[in-house]
Amino acid sequence: MSPPSRRRVFLVDDHDLFRSGVRAELDETVEVVGEASEVDAAIELIGERLPEVVLVDVHMPLGGGERVIRSVVGEHPEVRFLALSVSDAPSDVIAVIRAGARGYVTKTISGPELTDAIHRVAADDAVFSPQLAGFVLDAFAVSSPAAADPELDQLTAREREVLRHIARGYTYREIARELAISVKTVETHVSSVLRKLQLSNRHELTRWATARRIV
Amino acid sequence: MAAVSRKPRTDRPRLVRREDGKLIAGVAAGVADYFGLDRGAVRVAFSVLGVVSGLGALLYVAGWVLLPSDHGAAPAPTAPREGGWDWVQAFALGAVVLGLVLLVDPLDFWFPGHLALPLALGAGGVALLVGRSRGEPSAGEGSSRREMLVAVVGRGRGTIGRLVVGAVLVVSGVGAFLATSNAFDAVRQGVLATLVIAGGLALIFGPWLWRLAGALTAERRERIRSEERAEMAAHLHDSVLQTLAMIQRQADEPRTVTTLARRQERELRGWLFDQAPPAAGDDLGGALAGAAAEVESQYDVAVEVVRVGGDCALDDRVQALVPASREALVNAARHSGAPQVSLYLEVEPDRATVFVRDRGSGFERGAIASDRRGITESIEGRLRRVGGKAVVRSRRGAGTEVELTLPRAAS
Repeated sequence: MSPPSRRRVFLVDDHDLFRSGVRAELDETVEVVGEASEVDAAIELIGERLPEVVLVDVHMPLGGGERVIRSVVGEHPEVRFLALSVSDAPSDVIAVIRAGARGYVTKTISGPELTDAIHRVAADDAVFSPQLAGFVLDAFAVSSPAAADPELDQLTAREREVLRHIARGYTYREIARELAISVKTVETHVSSVLRKLQLSNRHELTRWATARRIV
Repeated sequence: MAAVSRKPRTDRPRLVRREDGKLIAGVAAGVADYFGLDRGAVRVAFSVLGVVSGLGALLYVAGWVLLPSDHGAAPAPTAPREGGWDWVQAFALGAVVLGLVLLVDPLDFWFPGHLALPLALGAGGVALLVGRSRGEPSAGEGSSRREMLVAVVGRGRGTIGRLVVGAVLVVSGVGAFLATSNAFDAVRQGVLATLVIAGGLALIFGPWLWRLAGALTAERRERIRSEERAEMAAHLHDSVLQTLAMIQRQADEPRTVTTLARRQERELRGWLFDQAPPAAGDDLGGALAGAAAEVESQYDVAVEVVRVGGDCALDDRVQALVPASREALVNAARHSGAPQVSLYLEVEPDRATVFVRDRGSGFERGAIASDRRGITESIEGRLRRVGGKAVVRSRRGAGTEVELTLPRAAS
């Protein structure tokens, strides 16, 4: 995909080293319009500069990424969030996604992959790392008891298949080829899963996430 | 913790009816063992009591009904005393005192008969109050004032009730004594003086004791904290600092550095979140994670492990998945040239599936060199023998994926 202009990106991370690392790795299709190292400053600056995409660290003092997202999305729903983390604790990941992040990637992600993820999120698609796909498959396990809202509380067979491929390490393009569907369709499936993850109020999500601290 | 360390007391016998060496029902023998008296003497006492006032017989029957038989299970005085017998013991002690007093009463010694009731009440109360708290753990391990208090007065089901009833018995014993001896007036002054003195002492020493308890608690907390800090420092030294030193020395070999960093990351993560290294033990997921970690550190490759579904116990059949997956990982690491390999495990109620995938060079099955027969034997053969299936998909230039499926035994 070729973005029409440079994506305006904002970095929130309490580690200076990591912010400068990300800056260096992003290519010229992305413009970093600001950064912040703490939650309150981030909320204020994001409101001023209105970036397209905010890369936000899950773990920060005083509320972490979850608070940044919750504080901004209400007023500026056009700002997209991509969560970054070194820890794969499901409870944290599910929490930022439910707060409104459009995706989750680990900090070991390579520069080009991160750039790609930013464009994806800016285009309103969802970005799932293999780990997140695994979490979601677990959280929406078929074996769970009858849910309150079947529309939101179950994944379709196709969605499960797409997630399973992501967890197996496939890119969207590879999944599309494998399942003989278009990349756009893959994106639609993943976005639909994201929506279910954010809107479903099944309590199993939380219970599952807390019961299983790390994978 | 004060609560958990209460062991069954073995230094004192339980008040039971002795099945061994009993004459009638073992009541006298049991009482004798309990108080460490001669059995003969106790039997004589019961007899005399019975003859003099009839109370001995009454007490004996009461003992027969109330006391549990030891069923000969425990040879003499080693049976642990269970909670709940305080009541019986208190009753027994009170009854014995009452009986003794009644015994001497008709003889009209100096011992005035009206003391019988107060003494019996008092003895029962004291037995209740003292009974359980002896042998309780000392306050040393209590982590708070509350626990220290508990350590002093005892803890357990019915502790409060026991204390209240005991106190009521003692107080009514004292009251009965005072009432019968018309000593209320004289005593009132004494009680007042005692109360005043006690209050003064409490004012003087109370704050000091309170602070002392607080200081002990704080000191203990500080000790725990510094022990934790020392443990963490030791751990970081053995792991993170060592790895950092190795990384500095091998800074010009990026792949080695990556491997070292990843291994350290995995280890630290396990320590932080699990307080234990990933279990390579009896669960399939743990075993696969262990295999992935091994391959990662032996070959310069990153293995991303994703696990979905519940645990799957490692029985003989499931066990076959581990070396087969490991072989697939090793193949990917050695031949594909890809920097990263994905391992995906999904455990469903009826089967376990493993995918090992790389985005490396791929290969044509027909052109397998002889050193890659591992696929046929180590992977496909292994799975076939346990009723599973292995599928290898590979295309030159598009990477390789190995899919292992094993139906789970209906359990």
